[in-house]
Amino acid sequence: MVNIMDIPEEEYIYPGTRACAGCSMALIYRIALKALGPKTIITVPASCLTVLHGMQGFCTTKVSVLHTPFATTGASASGIVASLEDKGLDQDINVVAFAGDGGTVDIGIQSLSGAVERGTNFIYACYDNEAYMNTGVQRSGSTPPGAFSTTTPGGKIGSKKNMPKIMEAHGIPYVATAIASYPLDIYEKFSRAKNIYGPKYIHILAPCPPGWGYLPRRSIEIGRLAVQTGFWPLYEVFEGKFTLSRDSKKFLDSSKRKPIEEYVKAQKRFNSLSQEQIDNYKAYITDLWAGIESRIKED
Amino acid sequence: MTLINNVVEETKKESRILTGNYAAAHALRQVKVGVVAAYPITPQSPVVEKIAEFINDGKMNARFVKVESEHSALAVCVAASATGSRVGTATSSHGLELMYEMLPWTAGNRLPIIINLATRSLGAPWSVWTDHSDFITIRDVGWIQFMCEDNQEIYDTNIQAFKIAEDRRVNLPAIVAYDGYILSHTMMPVMLEDQKEVDKFLPPLKHHINLSDVSQVKGIDPVTTPHIRDRGSEGIVPGYFEYRYALQKALENSIEIIQEVHDDFANKFGRSYGNGLFKKVEFDDADIIILAMGSVASQSRVVLKKLREKGLKVGLVSLKLFRPYPAKLLRELLKDKKTIVVFDRDIGYGYEGVLCYELKSALYGLKENPFIKGFIVGLGGRDITNEQLIEGVTRALDQEKTGEISQTTEFLGLKLKELSDYDEATFFKEAK
Ligand SMILES: Cc1ncc(C[n+]2csc(CCOP(=O)(O)OP(=O)(O)O)c2C)c(N)n1
Ligand code: SF4
Repeated sequence: MVNIMDIPEEEYIYPGTRACAGCSMALIYRIALKALGPKTIITVPASCLTVLHGMQGFCTTKVSVLHTPFATTGASASGIVASLEDKGLDQDINVVAFAGDGGTVDIGIQSLSGAVERGTNFIYACYDNEAYMNTGVQRSGSTPPGAFSTTTPGGKIGSKKNMPKIMEAHGIPYVATAIASYPLDIYEKFSRAKNIYGPKYIHILAPCPPGWGYLPRRSIEIGRLAVQTGFWPLYEVFEGKFTLSRDSKKFLDSSKRKPIEEYVKAQKRFNSLSQEQIDNYKAYITDLWAGIESRIKED
Repeated sequence: MTLINNVVEETKKESRILTGNYAAAHALRQVKVGVVAAYPITPQSPVVEKIAEFINDGKMNARFVKVESEHSALAVCVAASATGSRVGTATSSHGLELMYEMLPWTAGNRLPIIINLATRSLGAPWSVWTDHSDFITIRDVGWIQFMCEDNQEIYDTNIQAFKIAEDRRVNLPAIVAYDGYILSHTMMPVMLEDQKEVDKFLPPLKHHINLSDVSQVKGIDPVTTPHIRDRGSEGIVPGYFEYRYALQKALENSIEIIQEVHDDFANKFGRSYGNGLFKKVEFDDADIIILAMGSVASQSRVVLKKLREKGLKVGLVSLKLFRPYPAKLLRELLKDKKTIVVFDRDIGYGYEGVLCYELKSALYGLKENPFIKGFIVGLGGRDITNEQLIEGVTRALDQEKTGEISQTTEFLGLKLKELSDYDEATFFKEAK
């Protein structure tokens, strides 16, 4: 288990990026790069992360970044890995794809699925701010039910795709969830993933002040609520074995969970949620944890 | 896992009987691509099957990324090339169209990737047979585009294409096209060159981008502004406009390098293709010139003799380099000819054949313009016959006599009259 002293002081992102104030994606990226270290190549599709990287003529990070068209993140990582194998350098260098939820669960799902099915040795990290933020908060397949977006003005109809499960179903060695509010957990998971051979998938919920409708200073708090209400459990599946992560463990006990109202009422995007929709969330969380409980028992 | 196997076949110079697809596969093997990413599509599939076999048999030492789509195929190629490997692939028709987003991306990155294209028409309706529609749709995205007339030319052009694409004065991707089935599946003798000689002609890639060198931190393709940017101590950075100007200049300049590489190849291996840009047949004394590409040019070679027997002095220009369009040289070449008949196995829908209108614009403003007439032939694999081509030349000469410059697109080889109950008025409305 890491503690704060284990996290390197070295920063891999230069200060003054173009992300919004309070952007939790920027925090996720910062911690992940610390875990990955200097021998890393990143590929990034169109997203807020493109914007974070700033303008031509300068690299915002201390590791190389290849920007790639929106749908191609998995393929782009495959290409880097194939070339490193061609050169015999694949053992030394981490190849990491970093994409938003739209780039992952929607337009990029095919190329990601192909890359992991082929057994590509890379880490795919999805920071999930639950909408297409870069283009102005349009809904994605990862937007939760009932949430406002500019293309779901009356609230989203449909479900939030369970991407970690979809990745698990590919039979890959490592799948994990994380959230910006627990940076040590992020650090641990990236550190673990980089030492596993094969495709690794980490899905990180990323609270977003302008997209979710709350003040920038509340990002960490909102993210904690996602965990504390049981909406976003933190876990790992390593070679099929499920482990609930430290910060989620106690919420196996449903009485320890905060009411979902605390999470949704803190965000303007859920303003139009009806009582019925809130009840649906409650039922969703109950089911989710029943599933987790039975998995833990099975293992 | 790194699997460096060193059991690579050292080809000795020998003549083999090969299809066009296999000629392409042998060329990719002999240029020693480090990474291939490809997806099957008729009529290109045998290229990638052959490459998979070469690798499996230890005759080729490349990573073959078996992607789930052509869009991913080119995305893999782009990333692998940017990481510093020599990269090649192959596709056809819908595969090329699915790659479309990645094509200007590749060119904008100035990556020396080679695509082999077994040409095929575009749906709907489905057709697996050749025309040049796929080839022409990508003319404006910054690739060098070659069209071949036989299987030896496919092999030779591939080897040259890598050398051209990787030349520091060029740094551009290139596409080597050949007619589906007509070449892709037809066996012909092909001279495979000695591996050592190919290696000497094409030394290992020295890439301008090489992400695998992690000591050099690079940000490739971030957002680039309309204006140049002053970054203080780091200097002044170009805007998008400057990058794209550089792309255009690289294409223009590449014409000279394409000729240079072609001539080097000809000196070394003893085979040449005109000047590397176009091939002239019975040209000098001709006053009527046929302009065509690929299978259409091959068929036209056959009718030259027949037309000459009729007393018509007809010659042929077979266009090998379609992009960058060698406008200046074509203008110089054709300015004193009386009549030019262009046969397009493609059409710029809503206007006319693309070769035809491009030639017209290349010859614009001459004091005395040749009479230029274009015809559409052979779409979707319809056979192109000698009769059609002869009729085209005859019709062009008739129109020239009356001075009629017709903008109506004429198709040769249509069989409308043979359709039962053919009624033109309803056919155009209802034909699907
Ligand atoms: C093929 C294509 N379609 C659409 C776009 C426009 N586009 C750029 S980023 C983006 C949304 C990105 O959303 P997501 O992946 O969730 O990342 P975020 O912006 O939220 O960080 C869209 C729709 C594009 N660049 N390419
Ligand atoms: S819109 Fe959201 S995810 Fe994007 S930079 Fe701003 S805070 Fe970050």
